[in-house]
Parts: sequence; structure tokens; C-alpha cells
Amino acid sequence: MSRPEDTLPPDLYYNDPVSRQYTTSSRIQKIQAQMTHRALQILNLPPSQSSHILDVGSGSGLSGAILTQRGHTWVGMDISASMLAIALQRGTGALPRKRRKLAQDMEMDVEDGIDDKQSNDEDAGDEEVEDEGEEDEIGDDAPCEGDLLLADIGQALPFRPGTFDAAISISAVQWLCQAESSDENDAPTRRLKRFFEALYVCLKRGGKAVMQFYPRNQKERDMVGTAARRAGFGAGFLVDAEGTKAEKVYLVCSVGGEDVTATIEAMEDVEIEGGAVGAGRGREQKGKFGKGEYKKGSKEWIMRKKERMERKGMVVKKNSKYTGRKRKVAF
Amino acid sequence: MKILTLNFLTCARKTCKSSPAAFPLHPRDAELEIVETEFNALFIQNILPRVEWDALKGLCTELGLTNVPPEAPEPKELFDTSIKSAGIDEKEKEPTQLTRDLHNLLLETTIQSGKLVCGNCGHEYAIKEGIANFLLPSHMV
Repeated sequence: MSRPEDTLPPDLYYNDPVSRQYTTSSRIQKIQAQMTHRALQILNLPPSQSSHILDVGSGSGLSGAILTQRGHTWVGMDISASMLAIALQRGTGALPRKRRKLAQDMEMDVEDGIDDKQSNDEDAGDEEVEDEGEEDEIGDDAPCEGDLLLADIGQALPFRPGTFDAAISISAVQWLCQAESSDENDAPTRRLKRFFEALYVCLKRGGKAVMQFYPRNQKERDMVGTAARRAGFGAGFLVDAEGTKAEKVYLVCSVGGEDVTATIEAMEDVEIEGGAVGAGRGREQKGKFGKGEYKKGSKEWIMRKKERMERKGMVVKKNSKYTGRKRKVAF
Repeated sequence: MKILTLNFLTCARKTCKSSPAAFPLHPRDAELEIVETEFNALFIQNILPRVEWDALKGLCTELGLTNVPPEAPEPKELFDTSIKSAGIDEKEKEPTQLTRDLHNLLLETTIQSGKLVCGNCGHEYAIKEGIANFLLPSHMV
């Protein structure tokens, strides 16, 4: 299983033929649609509201078409000009069935060549038989009405604060874990830091971001999670179909506002990992020290001890504002 | 690119982020086009408080659009309240002509090609076929 991230930078990897193949493959379409629906489910946007959504790594607008279907207005960003060109053709309805046919033919011609550098979506795909006739709801004809920007998410997001109600990203963040040059400014940690800081700014308070990505290993996953938390997000991972070939990792981030744990816990078949989603941790701590067991040496502990000694009739110093305070460091 | 999106875009350079001149970006040689989209009054209601009205007015003057109200509309102006008393459901409120005009201006008026210029650093972002290019050379990140 080769990863496309290992072969080329995203702007070069997604060239015209690869982009077209990616977009027209019904298998990828299906997986992308599933993941987008799942991400929207996790976002849990109020049903009556029509939101302004950022699609990070929008590609050819496969996920965007679903956002449009749901009545949201979105802005997509992608680094690959070829992908955006296809999104344009889809958007105006100018990508005819013919082209799709052509892409299929091409697929046959170069099957051997392209098969071994298939994208992650293929690799991680469910083992289902392709069925060309069905599942065409987000076919080439689906409108893609969002605004598109050609931009590198590892550089900056050019939006003013509070622009978006929510953000989604399908199979894009793993591209940030790659150093494209030896320049230290291009190191993955720096790119992730810039991305999450900019994302934090452009989401409104109470906004959420759900990012599906393919981490190479645990270390890479932690790196992304840490970067999100450092930028100020409440962040946690949600893993679907864990341990299988079709494993999907979602990074769920929230900006202030309510806690996302409750929403996630309410859903079925979900395991919460790296539970740094705010309140979860707090509860744990309370359980440990909650039943009258204060930390030894803390002010509460001293006060309780003094009270008990007083009740026993011992001589105890009067309480003052200095009780239980640390002494000043002499030097 | 929609006028609405333009109202949210700033210069991508880090050094410009703190400068008030980096927002809004000024369109140059812009070719406008009307792209019809589905009318959604709820979205207008949701996004309106976040639109910078002064910036929008400035942008429209630069683009030669004149039909912009001088003041940001109040939320209550978006829906026709007169029929509400007749017991119509909250969701089925009738949007006013003003809301339709806003939809036309913010979501249907798009820039097809041209440039966006940062008021602070003067960097030009090209727009081609409605897609703005925000890629920066590495020394400017």
C-alpha cells in the first residue's frame, strides 16, 4: 500500500489525469460521500440553520456537492489547480457524461500504471463490488456552488475572524505532515501550527471543525492532535471501524462554546480516544479527589487538618490569609 | 468569486494580518458575472450580522455597483412581518424584496477574473475563472 503523500507534493500529485480519475471513480465518490455525511453528522449543525462552511482541501468538490445539497454555503480551498479545474467543470455542469466515459476508458488503458499508486481512499476502501449504475447521487452532474480558492493550507488561511460556522476536511490534513523542502519554515510542525492557528481564528465561537485524515501512524496522529490543541482547540479523535482496513480517523475540534463530548458520546459505534475533549478530563479528576480526599499539602488539606486538631482540643494557630501559603523563595 | 466571500478575505501574509489596511482586498480590473443560485433566506439571516457593511459598501463602489443600502439592514427587515400575525409558521415567513436583493448582491454577483490587491503590502492575488490564487512564494509566508 503506497501512500500518495510519499510520491509527490499535492500540487504535483493531483495533476489532470489523476484528478479526473479521482473524481470520476465511483468507488472514491462513494467513500468520500460516506465520510462527508459522517463529518456533517459529527458537526451536528442546527437543522433549521443554513451555515457558512469552510471545506479544507475541497478538491474537485465531491464533499462540497453534499454541502450544497444540505443547503449550506461553502468556500473550498485546495492546492491542486487540476482538482479545482474539475470542480469548475462540475459546477457549471460542463463536465459531460462523455468526459466521464473518457475517463473510464483511460482508466482501462492505464490500469496497471495507476493501480499501484492509488490514493488512500482506495486503499482504505470498503471491500465492496463497484456498481456503476447506482450511487450516482453525487455524480458529475451534482452542482458544486461553493467559492474556490487556490491556496496552501500550510501557509495561511486568508480569512478574517469569525468567518465560518464550521469547517470540514476530507482526506487532506495528512498532506501537512510532509516536509516539501528542507527549509525549516516548511517543517510539518510549522505547517500544522500555521494551519490550526489560522483555522481557529476564522471559525466563530462555538464553531466546530471535523477533519477526516489518514495518519501514517500513532505518532503522526498525535502530532496533528497536539498542533490542534496548541492552537486553542478542544480536540479529540473519533475512530470509525477501528483496526480494519477501512479505518477512518476524524479529528474533532471545537472553538470555545459547548463541549463536544456529549454529542459524540450520544452517537453509536464510537470510541473516544485521547480524550482531551474538555470536560471528560475534569470529571476524572473529581472522581479521584472528590470524596473529601484533598491533595496532601494543599490549603484545603491544611484547613481540614487544623479543624480536626481543634476539635480534639489541641492548640492550633489562628487562621489568617497566610495560612497554607508557600513561603517566599529566599534567593 | 462571490461578493460575500470577498467580504471575508484578507491578505494571506502574516505581516499583514495585524494591519487594518489588509482588509478588505481591493478588486482591480474585475469582470463581473451573475451566477444564479438557489435563494436561501435563512442563510442571509445567518450571515448578515457577520458582513462588514462599510467594507461591502467600499467594495461595491470600487466594482461600480450602486444598489447597496447605505446602512446594514436590520434583521427584522429581512422577513415580511405583516403576515406573521395571520398565524403563519416561523419557518414559512415571507422574505422581503430586500432579502432577495441581498441574495442577488452577496451570492449571485461573482468576480470571474481580475486581481485582488492588499491595501497594506500591495500584493496582487490573481482571479481566473472565479478562482483566486492565494499561493504565496515561500519567502512571503
